[in-house]
Amino acid sequence: MASVRQLRRRIRSVENTAKITNAMSMIAASKMRRAQEAAVRGRPYADLMRGLLANLAAQPHDEEELHPLLRRREVNSLALVVITPDRGLTGGLNSNVNRAAARFLLDHGGDESVIAVGRKGRDFMVRSGRNVRAVFTDLGDRPSLMDVTPIAHLVVEDYGEERVDAVYVAYAEFVSTTVQRVVVEPLLPVVPAELRTQDAVGYIYEPESHTVLSGLLPRFVEMQLYHQVLEAAASEQSARMVAMRNATDNANEMVEDLTLLMNKVRQNAITSELLDIVGGAAAVQAK
Amino acid sequence: MADMRLEIVTAERVVYSEDVSVVVAPGIDGELGVLPRHAPLLTMLKPGEIRVVKDGEESFMAVSGGFLEILANKVTILADTAERVEEIDVQRAEEALRRARELVEASSGDLDLERALALLRRSEARLKVGRRPRRRRNGAPL
Repeated sequence: MASVRQLRRRIRSVENTAKITNAMSMIAASKMRRAQEAAVRGRPYADLMRGLLANLAAQPHDEEELHPLLRRREVNSLALVVITPDRGLTGGLNSNVNRAAARFLLDHGGDESVIAVGRKGRDFMVRSGRNVRAVFTDLGDRPSLMDVTPIAHLVVEDYGEERVDAVYVAYAEFVSTTVQRVVVEPLLPVVPAELRTQDAVGYIYEPESHTVLSGLLPRFVEMQLYHQVLEAAASEQSARMVAMRNATDNANEMVEDLTLLMNKVRQNAITSELLDIVGGAAAVQAK
Repeated sequence: MADMRLEIVTAERVVYSEDVSVVVAPGIDGELGVLPRHAPLLTMLKPGEIRVVKDGEESFMAVSGGFLEILANKVTILADTAERVEEIDVQRAEEALRRARELVEASSGDLDLERALALLRRSEARLKVGRRPRRRRNGAPL
C-alpha cells in the first residue's frame, strides 16, 4: 500500500489539475458567451440576405440564364468543408465532427476533396489519407468575416470552374450549452428559400436583377460560411466548458477518495506503531 | 416631413438603426439620394460614403460595397463593411491607403490589379469619410 507521503503528493497533484481544468472551464464559458453574441449580432444580416435572395431568384428567367451558383449539375465530384476546432480538450466534439465527415465521404464515395478549417479536422483528414484541397487554421476564438472570405472564394471558384459539382459543410451546430449537433449541410449550389407569392416585391433593380443576383450570391455563400464558423466556435467553447467542468468534478472526487485513503493509511501506521511500543514495553516488564 | 427608417447592417453587427429624413448612398450606377416614401428599389453599392440627415443633422459613414434595399419606407443597407465617422482612425486609414497604392504598383496580372484597386477604392472611401468633421449642425437639407 502507498505510503502517507506518496498519497499526500498525489493529492496535491490532483488538486492542481482541478485548478487548471476549473480555470479552463470558466474561460470557455466566457468565450462561448461571446461567440453566441457574435452569432446573434449577425442574424439581421442573414435574414435580410435570405429575403433578398428569395426575391431575386423568383424573378422570371430561363433555365439557360440561371446563375452558375444556382444551377444544379450531376454530381461527379464534391467538396466537403470540415469545420473543427484548432485545439483539443473538447470532450467528444472533435471526433464526432470528424466521424460524421468521414461517414459522409464514405456514403458519397467517388471523387471527393476536403477543405479543412481547423487543425483537428486537418490532422484527421490527412491521417486518413483524404484528398485535402486546402487548409485554413488559426481562425481564433472570435472569427471575423475576413477570416472566412478566402474559404468562400475558394469554394465559389472551384464550383464556378466546375472542379466540384457540389459543396457540403460539416460542423457542430450550437443547440444549447450541453448539446451540440453535428450536421452536414449543402452549401453549393445555393438553394434560395421558396418565396410565397404575397411576399414577392416588385423592386426597381439597379442595375438589372441578374447583375444584382450575381453580386449577391457570392456574398450569400460567404455569409453562410461565416455563420457556420461562428456556430462551430460556440460549440467548441461550450463542449470544452462542459468537458472541463466534468474533469474538475472528477478531480475533486478523486481528492476526496485519496484523502480518505490517506487517513486510513495514517491511522494504520499509528496503530501498528503503538502496538510495537506496547509490545516492547510488555516484553521489558515481563523480564 | 415624415421620416424613414434606415438600417445599416453587416454580417458582424448592426451598424446604424435610426429614423432619418435623407440618405445619400454610392449606388453602382452613381450617387443615389433617397427621401421618405421612395418606391421599392434594390441596388448594389460601390465603396464610398453614405450621407445621412437626421433631425437636420448630417452624419457620414464609410461603406465598402454592398446592397441597398428600399421597401415600405424602410432603407436597409447590407454592407460588406461599414463604419461610422467616429470609428475611423484617420492615421490608420492613411496608412492603409498608402499600402493599397503600393499594392497597385506592385501587382501583376489582371486579378491582382483588380483586387489591389478594390482595396485602394475602399481605403479612399474610408479616408474621405474619416476626414469629415465629427458632427455638423444644420446640414444642407438636400
